[in-house]
Amino acid sequence: MATFLDFESPIADLNEQLEKALEIKAKGKVDVSEMIKDIEEKISETQKEIYSNLNPWQRVQVSRHPERPYTMSYLKNMTTDFVELHGDRNVNDDKAMIGGFAKIDGHSIMFIGQQKGENTKMRQYRNFGMANPEGYRKALRLMKLAEKFNKPIVTLIDTPGAYPGLEAEERGQGEAIARNLFEMAQLKVPVICIVIGEGASGGALGIGVGDRILMLENSWYSVISPENCSAILWRNWEHKEQAASALKLTAENMLENKLIDGIIKEPVGGAHSNREEMFENVKKAILSNLKELISMDAEKRIEERIEKFSKMGVVED
Amino acid sequence: MSWFKRKMQGVSTPTKEKKETPEGLWYKCRSCKNVMTSEDHVAHSWVCDKCGFHERIGSIEYFRILFDENKFTELNRNVSSGDPLVFEDTKKYTDRLASSKKKTGLVDAVRTATGKLEGHLVVIGCMDFNFIGGSMGSVVGEKIARAIDYSIENKRPFILISKSGGARMMEAAFSLMQMAKTSAKLTLLAKAKLPFISILTDPTTGGVTASFAMLGDINIAEPGALIGFAGPRVVKETIGKDLPEGFQTSEFLLEHGFLDYIVERNDLKSNLSIMLNHFQVK
Repeated sequence: MATFLDFESPIADLNEQLEKALEIKAKGKVDVSEMIKDIEEKISETQKEIYSNLNPWQRVQVSRHPERPYTMSYLKNMTTDFVELHGDRNVNDDKAMIGGFAKIDGHSIMFIGQQKGENTKMRQYRNFGMANPEGYRKALRLMKLAEKFNKPIVTLIDTPGAYPGLEAEERGQGEAIARNLFEMAQLKVPVICIVIGEGASGGALGIGVGDRILMLENSWYSVISPENCSAILWRNWEHKEQAASALKLTAENMLENKLIDGIIKEPVGGAHSNREEMFENVKKAILSNLKELISMDAEKRIEERIEKFSKMGVVED
Repeated sequence: MSWFKRKMQGVSTPTKEKKETPEGLWYKCRSCKNVMTSEDHVAHSWVCDKCGFHERIGSIEYFRILFDENKFTELNRNVSSGDPLVFEDTKKYTDRLASSKKKTGLVDAVRTATGKLEGHLVVIGCMDFNFIGGSMGSVVGEKIARAIDYSIENKRPFILISKSGGARMMEAAFSLMQMAKTSAKLTLLAKAKLPFISILTDPTTGGVTASFAMLGDINIAEPGALIGFAGPRVVKETIGKDLPEGFQTSEFLLEHGFLDYIVERNDLKSNLSIMLNHFQVK
């Protein structure tokens, strides 16, 4: 049974009709094939219409869709020879941050990303994709490993934020993220960062400094989630839709503001509605960007990476 | 009960004869309620002489404490905020900026300057908490980045005093990227083998802790400062329990290995001078 978001209710209604028609068809007494074709066409039309016109809050909802593919799905479906690597060699293995080598088109690449769980039990196991300091330190360890063997790095960002727990503070959440920003700026290998779902604040940026920053069409990236922004500025959660618009957090907004380098198209209906197509689009984006980056000199790449981030911001002199 | 009765009618003191203490002559400690003259308080670097409470101060005061004879050249003084997102919550961002500028006389939440500290030529940046909670937007990031460039060009050590609630929400992702920008710039300072001394003061939280404040070659804090990534209220809500005493204080961070040492404000200048001596290339 598919999950529909509130603004998808026309699609949900049509889907119900379709299911009924399929039931009738299964009984085999009445010929309903014309009707089924009609409904299917209508569904695809309605979907196109709704998805061509999403507002920022609706995109945030799509980015959090429970059926949306997470980091591990990309690794399992988009790459071959994936070997997961564990642990920060210090405290423990953070389940909210995963990583390891995998191949795309013959290239060995280090993949790193936050991982959310696919059901209630797994969501807890993955700490809802909120990494502790160990997660960021594990990510850094893997990046250094990739650098040592001259392999490019791809990070897949999908987090509601770094975990704000007591032990996270004790073990230096701030320091762990800061260290990653510092080290990633100087990595000698190509780094591609892709926001595949939620890109919330320092928790996202902690694996988000690279040569190419890309966003999926229905992902979001900002300094705070719309709910928390509403809670702080309006003192309640009721203004989350307004906050989502004000934060200019969509891929389109981010590209306009020159804070990212590109957008990866999602299938109509969002990444979850056609996973295969989504994996293919991400894979193509990785390969085309990698081709450009590999041909560059490492020093030049680092210089341009720092230069790009240095230009971000709007000030009046 | 005749002593309860007022014998003389109409006794009152005219306003001009009332003996009120003039504003600003006395300072009452926010922690131990000790009263001292403002003059003594300033001479004591805005620290209570009884309990050692460090009052929050801004760039004007820190520059006065650190620069020899309070002489310095301010860098990029007039760099000010745009409103790239045309942000509006209960108030327009441009209005917030205007009222903060008026209230504080500052241009934004950080000032950067160069001058001498016990004879050492240094670049010092200092955040101002009074300006929208010391929050980091494009201006803070840009001024710190330019101060680092200046340090590199002129081969001077860089000292940064953090005092901030974190990233500035009204500049959303622009603010977030200042974390990456300042950290990336610090890698260039490191490559130039110039020291970066980070001084964390009350409070230092959020995106500032998660970027330059934690990246010092030496991380120093003032006693009793609140330092953390997530604010204490958020952590409390997350764990659903009361926080242990002293959680997220300077002393807590020192204990957990994130600070090199804690220094009292009165000793800050002489301490920095000793440190700069150690760093000097012979």
